[in-house]
Amino acid sequence: MAEKSKINQLLAQFGYDKTRLMDILLSINEMQGFVGQEDMQNISDSLGISMAQVQETLSFYHFLSQKPRGKYNIYLDSSIIAFMNGREAVKEAFEKYCGISFGEVSDDGLFGLFNTSCIGMNDQEPAAIINDKVFTNLTPYRVMNLVEGMRAGKHIDDLVYEDYGNGNNSDPDVRAMVNNHIRKKSIILKNDYEPYSLLKSKLKDYSPEEVISEIEASNLRGRGGAGFPTGLKWRFGRRTEGKHRVIICNADEGEPGTFKDRVMLTEYQELVFEGMVVAAYATGADIGLLYLRYEYKYLLRFLNRKLAKMREDHFLGKNIAGVKDFNFDIRIQLGAGAYVCGEESALIESLEGKRGEPRDKPPFPVEKGYLGYPTIVNNVETLATAVKILHHGAEWYSNFGTKDSLGTKLLSISGDCRYPGIYEVEWGTSIREILAMSGADDVQAIQVGGPSGMLIGLKDINNLDNSELMKWYKPSGMMIAEKFFDRRLSYSDLPTGGSIIIFNNSRNLLREVVMNFMDFFIEESCGSCSTCRNMPLLMKNKLQKILDGHGIRKDIYDLLNWGKVLKASRCGLGQAAGNPILSSVFHFRHLYEQRIQSLTSFDSGFDLGKATATSSEFVNKKPAFHHF
Amino acid sequence: MEKTNNKIRITIDGKRTYVTKGSTIVEAAKENGIYIPTLCHFEGADPKACCRMCTVKINNRMMTSCTTPVTEGMEIENDTEELNEVRKSIIELLFVSGNHFCPACEKSGNCELQALAYRYKMLVPRFPYSFPRKEVDASSPKIIKEQNRCIACKRCIKTIRDEHGKHYFAYKNRGQHLEVILDPVLGDTMPDDLAKKAMENCPVGSILYKEKGFDQPIGTRKYDKQPIGSEIENNV
Repeated sequence: MAEKSKINQLLAQFGYDKTRLMDILLSINEMQGFVGQEDMQNISDSLGISMAQVQETLSFYHFLSQKPRGKYNIYLDSSIIAFMNGREAVKEAFEKYCGISFGEVSDDGLFGLFNTSCIGMNDQEPAAIINDKVFTNLTPYRVMNLVEGMRAGKHIDDLVYEDYGNGNNSDPDVRAMVNNHIRKKSIILKNDYEPYSLLKSKLKDYSPEEVISEIEASNLRGRGGAGFPTGLKWRFGRRTEGKHRVIICNADEGEPGTFKDRVMLTEYQELVFEGMVVAAYATGADIGLLYLRYEYKYLLRFLNRKLAKMREDHFLGKNIAGVKDFNFDIRIQLGAGAYVCGEESALIESLEGKRGEPRDKPPFPVEKGYLGYPTIVNNVETLATAVKILHHGAEWYSNFGTKDSLGTKLLSISGDCRYPGIYEVEWGTSIREILAMSGADDVQAIQVGGPSGMLIGLKDINNLDNSELMKWYKPSGMMIAEKFFDRRLSYSDLPTGGSIIIFNNSRNLLREVVMNFMDFFIEESCGSCSTCRNMPLLMKNKLQKILDGHGIRKDIYDLLNWGKVLKASRCGLGQAAGNPILSSVFHFRHLYEQRIQSLTSFDSGFDLGKATATSSEFVNKKPAFHHF
Repeated sequence: MEKTNNKIRITIDGKRTYVTKGSTIVEAAKENGIYIPTLCHFEGADPKACCRMCTVKINNRMMTSCTTPVTEGMEIENDTEELNEVRKSIIELLFVSGNHFCPACEKSGNCELQALAYRYKMLVPRFPYSFPRKEVDASSPKIIKEQNRCIACKRCIKTIRDEHGKHYFAYKNRGQHLEVILDPVLGDTMPDDLAKKAMENCPVGSILYKEKGFDQPIGTRKYDKQPIGSEIENNV
C-alpha cells in the first residue's frame, strides 16, 4: 500500500478531480505496481465517489491491477501474427525460465506473466511489453537471456538486445527496439513539408469557415475506418454552442494488425499536432486531448517534449499563430489497455475517468462530448492528412485516389509476406496489387480491416445461404478469398482502417485465425450490452464443436442466425464481434462443410468418454458406452 | 393522438400517429398504446441501453427506442418478425448466461425477465446453458446481492445513490466477467428505505431485502394476472 501522504499528494496534483481518475490510478499503479483496497478507500474519500465507483474504472482496464504484480511484468502479445511467428515457443520459454504459467505472479514477486491483445507490433512479432518497454522479435533464446538478466536484477534498459530502431525510435526520450518499416511513401508520408508551415504563414489568411470549406471540398473522410466526412464533422462541431469546444485525437489504435499510428506518432507527430491546432482553429475549440493507448507509453515522454517545444514556439497557448484570441493547448491522456476505447464515445468516457463504455447515440460527441462540450474526435491519420490538404489545396488532393474515395490510405500490412510494414497507397488499389507490393505468395486469405473486418480468400464454394446472409450482413471490412482479389480499397467497395493481414496456404484459418479473433472480441467486450457480453462466447463454443468433429449442418445455420443478434449491439465492437465467423462462413464455407458430419442430423457435442475420463482413470476402469 | 403544437408526426409499423416532441420512442409509443418491450429502462432514470430489448429499426438501422428521441416524420419498425426474434434471442441469452431458477426465486411472478420470456413464448432457450459459477454477496446487513440472477441492467447503479450522489452499486470487470457489485462501505450503512427501493427497482431477483421473503403468494403477483406490456396496450 502506498503511503497515504503520497496518494494525497497525487490527488492534490490532479485537483481532487474525479474526471482525472485515469491519471490517478495510472500513477498509483506505476508507483507501486497495483492499486489496493486502501488506495481505493483513500481515493473514494477524497473524490466524493464510492469505492465501488473507483473499482468500476480500475477493474475495467487491462494494465491496471488490484493485486501486486511482479517486479518485471511481461505482457506477451497474443495477436494472430505473434502465433504465426512462433509465439507458442516464446510463451513456453517464458514459463520455463520464470517457473510460472501465464496469468500468474511468481511467489518471490519477481515475475508476472500476462497475455495481452495486439500491441501494435505486427511487423516485428512476437513482441512483449516488459515494464513499459517493448521487446520485439522474441525467440526462446532471447527469452532465456532476458530472464537471466532479470534474475540478476538488471534495469529494463540494460536488457535490450537489439539496437534501438530507426528514426525517432532511437531518440533519447524513446529508446525503443522498434522499427518503423515504412515501405511506401506517398503524399502524406513524403518529406516535402516543413512542420508548422501552415501555422507559421497561411493559417491567418484563412477564416475558420474557409478552412472547413476547403476540407469539405477535399472530401476527406475519417481514416479510423468508419469514414465519416471530416469537414462535416468540423462544421457540426463549430455550429454547436458550448462554453468550450474540444478536439480529440484518437491514438488508441487497437484493431489487431494496425500499427500505422505508432509510426505516425514516432515520425510525423508534428503533422498530427498541427492538424489538431488547425482543427481547433476551424471549429473554435480551446481544449485539445490526445488519447494515447497504453501500449505506446514508450512514446509519451517524447511526445510531451514536442508539445513543450510547440508551446515555446507559440504554436500552442494563447494567440496562436498570431491569431488574436485563438487559445488552444493539448494534453496527452494515457489509456490503460482497452480496445473498446478506440470507439469515440468510449474514449470520451475514459477521458472523463470512467470505464470505457460506449455511449448511446444520439447525442453524438459533436453535440455533447467530453464533459458535455461539443467534441470532435479525429483519427491520427485524418488530422495529418488535413494539414497536407490545406497546405496544397483541395484541388491538388483530388488528383489522388478514386472518385468516391479521394487521396491515400496508410496500410499496416503484416502476416505471410516478405515486407511487412507501412504502405501509403492511393484509394482504389486492388488486393492483388497489395499482395504484389508486400511480397506475398501462395496466399490463402487476406483479412481486411482487422478482426472486425472481413476475411477474403481463395475459393468461394457452395454459398447456398449467402444471399440470405447478405441481406443483413454488412461487414466493416473482411476476410477475402482469391476470387475477390481484384476488389479495390475504397469506401464503397472495401473500406478499411488500414489493417491488412495475409495468410498463406499453410495456415489453418478456422482453428488458428478465426478462433484467435473470437478470443479477442470476448476479451475486449466492455460487457454492457447483453448481446456482445454473451454471444461471442456462444459462437466460439459452437465453432469449437465443429472443429472437434461434433458439428452438424444446423450448427452452420445457427452461427449465421445467432450472429444477427449482435447487430443490435450499441457500438462497432459489438456489432462486429461475430464477423470473424460470419465472414469466414461467407468466404470459406467449404472449410466448415468439410468438418461437419454430413450424414448426422443430431449431435449434442457432449463426449461422454471425455467427460468421465478423470473418474474412469481414478477407478482404473474403462466403461463401455453404447451409442444411442 | 390529436395534432397540436407540441406534437410531431411519426409512423410506427405503418401506423401514423402524433406524439409529444422531445419524447423518446418508448415514451411516444406508450402514449399511443403501443408497447415496446424494455428491461433495463427505468422511468425517471437516464436511459442507458444495456439490454437492447427495445431495439427497433429506423431507416433499416437498429436503434434502441429508450434512448432515441422522436423526430418529425420518423418511420419506426417495431412489431416485426425479425425484431421479435432478436428480442426473444436476447431473453434467451440472459437466461443461459446466468442461473435463473424461477420456481425457487422470490421474484417469480414479479420478475420482468420471466414475464418477457412468457410474452415471447420462450420454451427452451436455443443456446446452451453456461451454468456459470457466481457468488451470493450477503455481507450487507440490509440486502442480499444474488449474482446468479443479475442481468447487469444498471437500474440499481442509476437509481440507488446517497445524498452526495455516490453510487451504492457499480459495475466491476468487463466482458464475460462483468458484474454489478454493492459498495462495501455504503452497503454497511444502507438505510432501510433505500434497500427496499433497490429491491423494487431490480427487474429480477438479484437484489433482495433481508429478513423478508415476500408478502404476496405466487399466483397472485403482478404478471401472474396479466402479461407484461398489457397495461400499455389496454390503455388506448
